[in-house]
Amino acid sequence: MSLIKKNNLFESDLVFDAIKESFIKLSPVKMFRNPVMFTVWVGTLVMVFVCVLIATGVKDQGSLMYNCTLTSILFITLLFANFAEAIAEARGKAQANSLRKTREETPAKLIQPLGEMYLNEIKVVPSSQLKKGDIFICEAGDIIPNDGEIIEGLATIDESAITGESAPVIRESGGDKSSVTGGTKVLSDKIKVMVTTEQGESFLDKMIALVEGASRQKTPNEIALTILLAGFTLVFIIVTITLKPLADFSQTPITIAAFISLFVCLIPTTIGGLLSAIGIAGMDRALRANVITKSGKAVETAGDIDVLLLDKTGTITIGNRKATHFYLSNGVKEEDFLRAAVLSSMSDDTPEGKSIIELIGLNPLNFEFKNHRFIKFSAETRCSGIDYDTTRIRKGAYDSIRALTEKAGNIFPKETEEKVGLISSNGGTPLVVAENEKVLGVIELQDIIKAGISERFDRLRKMGIKTVMVTGDNPLTAKFIAEKAGVDDFIAEAKPEDKMNYIRKEQSEGRLVAMMGDGTNDAPALAQADVGVAMNSGTQAAKEAGNMVDLDNDPTKLIEVVEIGKQLLMTRGTLTTFSIANDVAKYFAIVPALFITSIPALNDLNIMKLHSPESAILSAVIFNAIIIPMLIPLALKGVAYKPIGASALLRRNLLIYGLGGIIVPFIGIKLIDLFITILY
Amino acid sequence: MNTEIIGVILSFLVVVILAKPMGRYMGKIFSDEKTNLDFLFDPLDKLIYKLGNIDFKKEMNWKQHIVVMLTINLVWFVLAMLVLTNMGNLALNPDGNPSMSLDLALNTAISFIANTNLQHYSGETGISYLGQLVLMLFQFISAGCGIAMAVIVVNAMKEKVAHTLGNFYYLFVRSCTRILLPFSILVAILLVLNGSPMTFEGKDTITTLQDESVQVSRGPAAAFIAIKHLGTNGGGFFGANSSHPLENPNYFTNTLEIITQMLIPLAFIFAIGYMLKRKNLAWMIFGVMTVGFLLLALPTIWNEMNGNPLIEKMGINQHGNMEGKEVRFGAAASAYWSIATTVISTGSVNAMHDSFMPLSGLFQMLGMMVNAFYGGCGVGFLNFYIYIILTVFISGLMVGRTPEFLGKKIEAKEMQIAMGVTLLHPLLILTGTAFASYAYTQNPIELSAWLNNPSFHGFSEMLYEFTSSSANNGSGFEGLGDNTPFWNIASGIVMLLARFIPIIGPVAIAGSLASKKYIPESAGTLKTDTITFGLMIFIVIVIVAALSFFPALSLGPIAEYLSM
Repeated sequence: MSLIKKNNLFESDLVFDAIKESFIKLSPVKMFRNPVMFTVWVGTLVMVFVCVLIATGVKDQGSLMYNCTLTSILFITLLFANFAEAIAEARGKAQANSLRKTREETPAKLIQPLGEMYLNEIKVVPSSQLKKGDIFICEAGDIIPNDGEIIEGLATIDESAITGESAPVIRESGGDKSSVTGGTKVLSDKIKVMVTTEQGESFLDKMIALVEGASRQKTPNEIALTILLAGFTLVFIIVTITLKPLADFSQTPITIAAFISLFVCLIPTTIGGLLSAIGIAGMDRALRANVITKSGKAVETAGDIDVLLLDKTGTITIGNRKATHFYLSNGVKEEDFLRAAVLSSMSDDTPEGKSIIELIGLNPLNFEFKNHRFIKFSAETRCSGIDYDTTRIRKGAYDSIRALTEKAGNIFPKETEEKVGLISSNGGTPLVVAENEKVLGVIELQDIIKAGISERFDRLRKMGIKTVMVTGDNPLTAKFIAEKAGVDDFIAEAKPEDKMNYIRKEQSEGRLVAMMGDGTNDAPALAQADVGVAMNSGTQAAKEAGNMVDLDNDPTKLIEVVEIGKQLLMTRGTLTTFSIANDVAKYFAIVPALFITSIPALNDLNIMKLHSPESAILSAVIFNAIIIPMLIPLALKGVAYKPIGASALLRRNLLIYGLGGIIVPFIGIKLIDLFITILY
Repeated sequence: MNTEIIGVILSFLVVVILAKPMGRYMGKIFSDEKTNLDFLFDPLDKLIYKLGNIDFKKEMNWKQHIVVMLTINLVWFVLAMLVLTNMGNLALNPDGNPSMSLDLALNTAISFIANTNLQHYSGETGISYLGQLVLMLFQFISAGCGIAMAVIVVNAMKEKVAHTLGNFYYLFVRSCTRILLPFSILVAILLVLNGSPMTFEGKDTITTLQDESVQVSRGPAAAFIAIKHLGTNGGGFFGANSSHPLENPNYFTNTLEIITQMLIPLAFIFAIGYMLKRKNLAWMIFGVMTVGFLLLALPTIWNEMNGNPLIEKMGINQHGNMEGKEVRFGAAASAYWSIATTVISTGSVNAMHDSFMPLSGLFQMLGMMVNAFYGGCGVGFLNFYIYIILTVFISGLMVGRTPEFLGKKIEAKEMQIAMGVTLLHPLLILTGTAFASYAYTQNPIELSAWLNNPSFHGFSEMLYEFTSSSANNGSGFEGLGDNTPFWNIASGIVMLLARFIPIIGPVAIAGSLASKKYIPESAGTLKTDTITFGLMIFIVIVIVAALSFFPALSLGPIAEYLSM
């Protein structure tokens, strides 16, 4: 459930704002950004001038009433196009505001620094006074005043304010889950937090500003499409202007109103009016999926992704591996093994480490150990443990422990080696425990694959996306899980640079790669990937490196992001096709109307049997105007993506929007013509 | 079935059957593969490179290609201007024909370097044999340039990142010596055997059955006629072009000339498939072009064979609409030729296009307005390439990917060039016609010599002239008094722009795409060698042409048809 309201497309206060904004957007400076609508703007101005001329006595341009009606329809066309953009922006703003509301002034319990020592003297200051580097504390019930990193303690935090996720999350110092977000609420325990950003400049603040459209720039594809539309507009400028001498040759007088109507109907106003709304709506849909995108380009790129790098844990398998069994090496006493297993897992605060203690059910503090030193797990050594007195306990991956024991001149026991193989081939992860370079036994960790995940990979495959599972597991385990889950490839025993190398390799072959990550060591890969989604719970470095942030910390979110990107491009393509296909019917409405007085034979082209030249032109212009607001919902929601293969998708969209684009205006213009005829 | 129809079907089938092996041969020539004729051509090419001091192995980027191509054209253009304006006093002028005026020479020189061969003069009286020979040289050069430029674009479509795209001299020389020259000689021999003259002697005098003495023009015609068709040039040796009995003596030569003019444009499609190893892509292009061609040719043949309904009403029995047609060819073959010569930018005529039924005139103009259903030597594909780029862009979006063509992303820069080229054709045709219409409306009495017909048909004559110039076609609706400074200069400018911009544009796009990263295909990639994509290209072509030209056409042939 998202806290961000799933508001209706047209909520009344949004509509009101948007209408106001539509008028403000009439300023020529703003209109100029959109070449198609700018020409309509110029045309409207010319028509106003024509109306004034008629009012002052010019005779050959038709009635004042008719010209004024046309002028106002053109004006409304402009407003409709502006409204489309404004409503998309307003929806974005509404969501940004609801995000920002959570970040209003909150009291902060600032720890006063004094020299190098921190005194526990606490001063309550407004959150706006917090500076980067300040340290504050938060206790149960407090709202966290600013973004920061936990430097001490652990707490459960309710992040529903920004993620909409009601289940509280645990944040603790050290590791990749140490960052907290301003506006979220501490539910239990007490944490000490160091401020990492200046007020108003936090990462989310910057991104919200982007979503609001304040700094929205046209994306490369949008620019290319604008060029296409501008090109069509130029063609129709040529067609309309040259028509004057051609008509003169046929002794057909054509009014300025008719010329401008023909022009406005032919240029792709439908897509021209909706183009920026589609772009804004793309980012907005991402936001609705609780993904904040740094730029519209990132969303566009997401639609092109060829390779998806997914972490095994949390994405493909449920949560974390759990210790399920242990197997002793021959001649090892069970109690020795248990002690070594528990002690080596003591400082291991990974869920796997905790699950070992859970499985064995002994409290490590009950054992005696002096002068101890914990050996942290590192991706290089791929083992962790504890040294005390003369005892060295190590627990880790099979090959690293094997190397350790063999280096010390010991033999790796055969039966344990067999067990390791068995566990791996069943998709489990073996953790070998050794004391003083002698193997004691092996612990089995097992993964549980998420329900429905292989269907999602199937869908991705049909979209043409290759999925790659990234895991620290050994190749055997990785292969087992990869096959079971249905991913296309895997990186086993992945070190941070492996991810990076994989991305580079795919990119050098021309593919676009997306990945999700949270840790600081993911940051380089996130930056290297074409689409890098950082989890909001991740470190600041990760969030800075990626181009999207997922507020839900949901690793499967990448799939949704890809679909949003595809929808964005498809909406542009289909509406362009629709807009241009519309011209066929408009020609059949307007061309006979232009020439009917001097070339009666051309009435045969009036296949819609429109009532009169005036009603035909009016109907076409009215249809041209009202199709814009009618398509706003489609522009905002996006055209549905179906993974049925590119050619089938093209056929489908061509049928709906191409053929539909030809037929719909014939019906629409005829109906409007009937209506106009009844009115007069 | 009617023998006239069978003749048309056979001549089409023969081209299609010949096009495949010919395409393979062309593909080999441009892929540096060995052919059986190398022993003959290798020494010839080496001689040319040696004489020209050309390093034919130096790789060029797209800009260098264009510079060389333009330079070659400029040099020959200057030479042609000198000859055309002075040929009255130069050698090889047995009939004593005069030099051309400056504006006519300008028009003619441009017309022939632009592969247009619009002729505002008549071969019998307006040009010396030396002039004819220079123009014939141009028929080789312009066709060779077109083919070479198209090969450059095909080179750029290969699956790799490339900054250089071969050597222009190499491609150009090979096009001329290995394709145009040998096949021209073959066709010329066939023409001579059927009665076309090949001599440098002046007019002959014959005595007709009525016992009158008649002067008959002749000259090195057979060679000229062969390359005029093979190189899709279309400029006639004689004023009446291929309806002249010495230029097109019988039904066999008529069929031979149709086949010759269609051969290279069709074969080039298969050459693309061979060079890229993408047979399906070639079939897709062939399919789209053929459907377009047939959709124009079939109704025209039907229309002309049915004759004129107004004459029908008078109770006169007619074998099709035979006004302005040669009895030895008949309505069907003439109608078929008229579409072949307009979709392919040949522009040679074996009948008076002015006398066709209004809808046939419409189809002839549509063929030139699209200018990519087969199209001219090389340039037909270049025009089609622009349509492919537009289609890829729109349909790429429709399947939810940023558009790419053969693994290369199409971005703002490519769209800018593609739209610029797309714009050019309506711009030249419509503004040209608009200027002419304006001038005529202002001075209908002084300019009355311009138009043979009043009203819609007169309008069609002007529209056709500019369409033909802009399509680099060169056929005339005739009936237009076109050897005046206005028409010479106006159509000269149009031909020049319409020749070089649509060549430079695609080469620039191809050059830009070639240097981009290659993206391998995935299931989400829109394949361009499918029927679906072919259909999409077809729709884009029809919509672009229809939207640009519908109002103008409705004032000309459509109004004329509906008023009948």
